Amino acid sequence: MPEVAFTRHLLRFFPTLQDSAVPGATVREVLDELDRRYPGFASYIIDETGRLRRHVNIFIGEEPIRDRLRLSDPLAPTDKLFILQALSGG
Amino acid sequence: MSDQLLLGTRKGTLILDRKASGWTPRPIAHAGMSISYAAADPRDGTLWAAMDHAHWGPKLSRSRDGGATWDNQSQLAYPKGARFIEQHLPLPDQEPNPDAPPAYKDAALLKVWMLGFAGADQPGVIHAGTLPGGLFTSRDGGDTWELNRPLWNHDSRGGDLFAGPATSKNQWGGTPAAIAYGEFVPGIHSVVVDPRDSNHLYVAVSCAGVVETRDGGRTWAGANRGMLNDYLPNPEAEWGHDPHFVALCAAHPDRLWQQNHTGVFTSADGARSWKRVSHAEQAVHFGFPIAADERDPLTAWVVPATGDNERMSVKGGLFVARTSDGGATWQALREGLPQEHSYDIVYRHALDARAGRVAFASTTGNVYISEDRGDSWRCVGHNFPPVHSVRFV
Repeated sequence: MPEVAFTRHLLRFFPTLQDSAVPGATVREVLDELDRRYPGFASYIIDETGRLRRHVNIFIGEEPIRDRLRLSDPLAPTDKLFILQALSGG
Repeated sequence: MSDQLLLGTRKGTLILDRKASGWTPRPIAHAGMSISYAAADPRDGTLWAAMDHAHWGPKLSRSRDGGATWDNQSQLAYPKGARFIEQHLPLPDQEPNPDAPPAYKDAALLKVWMLGFAGADQPGVIHAGTLPGGLFTSRDGGDTWELNRPLWNHDSRGGDLFAGPATSKNQWGGTPAAIAYGEFVPGIHSVVVDPRDSNHLYVAVSCAGVVETRDGGRTWAGANRGMLNDYLPNPEAEWGHDPHFVALCAAHPDRLWQQNHTGVFTSADGARSWKRVSHAEQAVHFGFPIAADERDPLTAWVVPATGDNERMSVKGGLFVARTSDGGATWQALREGLPQEHSYDIVYRHALDARAGRVAFASTTGNVYISEDRGDSWRCVGHNFPPVHSVRFV
């Protein structure tokens, strides 16, 4: 099952968050499972319409996901998923 | 008398305590996070901070132990099917086509702009004004929130877009305050509860005007008679107004005050009619915040600015203006405030008055407090982050 790694900035809101294997055939399915494990987690990554937040990036391997609106990108069991924050702010 | 002040700033939430040595800030909470609004629920003392987090989205944070710890469990979200009519800031190379059919957009929360607490007659009821223009209400102290659909579906917004296409013309314009979020949408920045009856509520919308309910949010009507705008062909149009902030006098709740883009207005009849009471020759005209005295219906404070292209202190001198006669005359209060090289602008939620104390703060990070109704001012500090909100606890 896909391995998921997180930016450490999310530990501030979810102190027990750990890089881990998470079942799911698409990015959205993985996110839904993470939201079950860490209630409220999905709302930090996507807004209520399901869109990836503007300043959040998700990579599959070294490639950013293509579907930022619905997160439908398919995942293989060997994939590594990275949930990162874009470099922005001041 | 309040001995605590709560600041929502660009870099977190600050609580200031009044000590023998002066007003003293505690270590910052929500360090590094932009807080669009922070206030205390007067009924139970719960502290609230609206986190305007650029990466992870707008979130609410609350503290039930006076600021020692905060939890982020109280969240609000637009329901599925909530849509609005898309608008675009007019750009020189993108002329809007007036004949194009309306385009719809699914609503997502961009910002919690203000929280308004109901009175003791409605324990646990809290309202939240947001971008893109929805009013949310919690009836359980913030554990759950619900979009007020009668206001969201109001004829002035195109009707019930949950059900289908628009059935009326959208009258709510976008607010420039939304542009930083990449949208041009309306926002509710003022939520004013009548202390006699919490079912009687005013909200103010940038850019539409004041909207009122007398039945707890089931029906809403515009309350803009007498309002004037200087930027539309019809200055007395029902909609299209740009209130910057609205406040009322707690002891005489039919007295309302409004700092508008086009001047200072007051109402003596519960917003059935408004009257402009600006004195432009004294520079009392443009600004963002306004504070009403809790007891005296004729007293209010504003922080004038040069408007609307400069948006900073008038001629380099920072001052507060106070009226004690319902806006007939204004007194410029400058003692203790910088009178040269001041470029401060005070945002709409960054002025508050409570029992003779008045406090305000600017985006330049200056915080000032008066203990004598504004006659004289003391600077609490010059190096705060840009301040979005100032509220006595």
